[in-house]
Amino acid sequence: MLRGDLLTVPQPDLVCQDLTKDFDSFRAVDHVSFDVPQGSFFSILGPSGCGKTTLLRMIAGFQSPTGGDLRIKGKSMIGVPPNKRPVSMVFQHLALFPTMNIGDNVGFGLRQRGVAKAEIKTRVGEVLERVGLPGVSARRVDQLSGGQKQRVAIARCMVLEPDVLLLDEPLGALDLKLREHMKVEMKSLQAAFNTTFVYITHDQSEALVMSDNIAVMNNGRFEQIGTPHEVYHAPSTAFVAGFVGEANKVTAKVSAMRGQHVKLISDAGTEMIVDTPQTGLDVGTWAEVFLRPEIIALGPANDDEGMNVQLGTVESVLFNGANSTVTVKDKTGSLMNVALPQTGAFANLRKGDAVVTHWDPRHARCYPVGS
Amino acid sequence: MVSDTSRLGFYLLLAPILLWLVLLIILPHVGLFVVSISEKIGPREYETGFDNYAAFFTEPLYWRTFARTAIMSILATALTLILGFPIAYYIAKLTRGRTKTTLFLMCMIPFWVSELVRTFGWMILLRETGVFSNVLQYLGVVSGPVEMLYNDAAIMVGLVYTSILFMVVPLVTTLDSLDDSLIEAGYDLGGTSTSILREIVIPHAMPGIVSGCIVVFMLSLGNYLTPILLGGKDSLWFTGMIYTQFITRFNWELGSAFGFLLLALSSFVVFLGLKLSGQSLSETMGRS
Repeated sequence: MLRGDLLTVPQPDLVCQDLTKDFDSFRAVDHVSFDVPQGSFFSILGPSGCGKTTLLRMIAGFQSPTGGDLRIKGKSMIGVPPNKRPVSMVFQHLALFPTMNIGDNVGFGLRQRGVAKAEIKTRVGEVLERVGLPGVSARRVDQLSGGQKQRVAIARCMVLEPDVLLLDEPLGALDLKLREHMKVEMKSLQAAFNTTFVYITHDQSEALVMSDNIAVMNNGRFEQIGTPHEVYHAPSTAFVAGFVGEANKVTAKVSAMRGQHVKLISDAGTEMIVDTPQTGLDVGTWAEVFLRPEIIALGPANDDEGMNVQLGTVESVLFNGANSTVTVKDKTGSLMNVALPQTGAFANLRKGDAVVTHWDPRHARCYPVGS
Repeated sequence: MVSDTSRLGFYLLLAPILLWLVLLIILPHVGLFVVSISEKIGPREYETGFDNYAAFFTEPLYWRTFARTAIMSILATALTLILGFPIAYYIAKLTRGRTKTTLFLMCMIPFWVSELVRTFGWMILLRETGVFSNVLQYLGVVSGPVEMLYNDAAIMVGLVYTSILFMVVPLVTTLDSLDDSLIEAGYDLGGTSTSILREIVIPHAMPGIVSGCIVVFMLSLGNYLTPILLGGKDSLWFTGMIYTQFITRFNWELGSAFGFLLLALSSFVVFLGLKLSGQSLSETMGRS
């Protein structure tokens, strides 16, 4: 019975268990555990120096973990050298071999496996066609554009049919427009190949757009693993709330509690009410309140009952198309970023205008300080 | 006005290299060539002709000596490459920071001492009453003193030792510019150490290998001191032969012809080497 159950549960492609990496006295990766199901797009998002590159290099086999286990398709990879692992990696600067043409680059892995020349040629042709670059085999690496190189680098890995494809911030070197385009393309390539992608980035928008699941990493630990929606709308720690997406951060002291209703007073003296399931808060403790610019509305509320309403003046207007914001200074002098509605209302706001801000207590996130 | 000053500056900067080329390279060669095409037909009687060149090809000792010099130089170049490559790879790829500078400096330090002194060092080690001979006798490996000088192996050791720096420096420079992620990508795609060396490292280092080989080959071919001191009287090195013609036999005409042939034939060997390795000189010199 148990055996039957085990067989029907699909095995995750990549499992990391308590993975730890120490450099001398510094712990770069600290007991990280996660698993990535077959065919999904998994992103590891974190600021530079959080240990995400070390984690990826351990999966690729360039660094060996100090502790923990790493399994790919159920097989432990501890002690297996990088050239024997069923994973391929797209490097940050792609690492295409400049001394070879595109065809030889893509065929490199197959040559190492001793595949026959004729077969290498057809398979290289096929994979280049799948990434949308038919007939570039004879070209040199420097004859391709940034986006084309990107696709060649993916093709070079995919031709080996790896179980897991690792990507180390490959979009970092591209300009903004191309990066936006490649995000969509990367996602569709992943769907077309149906291969497990593990993608590391410090760019939250890359992670949010492409991933099925995101792990937010900080100081060598995973702060949260969840879908992009969960990570954005229900961040489980203060770090995640501050790192993913824009947020106004207010440090405040809890003055009263009634169930999930928490009343706080900020250091500047602004009173607010927050609805939070967060435990660890108590009267007199300090908390961090995160408010996304888009949950704060301008103008008088239809129903002020239970809303946090503030009077303020416009400090500055930051026009950025659909992402325009205004900075509002309330009567205590603290500043708040407020997103302008995309309908174009409030387009005439100018510095010094008096406005009313209001937000729903259920939309704020609140975490005890020091969590 | 401005263009006049800048033009003056350009010529002033160009002057030293022009002087160097004209006075020390072109002029002596013109002189050599003029001397080499004059044949002595009697006391103070000369005729223009190519007999001196013909002598090189008709007298087996001359061209055999040249062939021997060329082959030994090629061998010395190959040995230098085989020894220098791992050293350069180690310095460029496996060390960083202070260790790298120290190792690089340690390669250079022997070259602060004159070549003559360094060659005498080898003589102290290799001669019959030298260090190696004494150690071997002390260990009981041999019963009597052994002479390790005055043979081809001693010449080879000396040549490799004198020229290895000129191989290591260009190799370190080119290998330094090889991105580590290319090597990692090679491993990641299933490559082994040998295949990565063959398909990634060596093609990348090719300009350094070629320029190092050209310099080492030319240095060995034109070396005089090392073959004479370590190889003895019978070393039969082509530069020794030129020296003999000029100094011992006062036959400047034949000596000049030899000098010209050395230039022509060494250029030919380099050309052949470039063709065989599929490299071009301008590309090599431009990249390394």
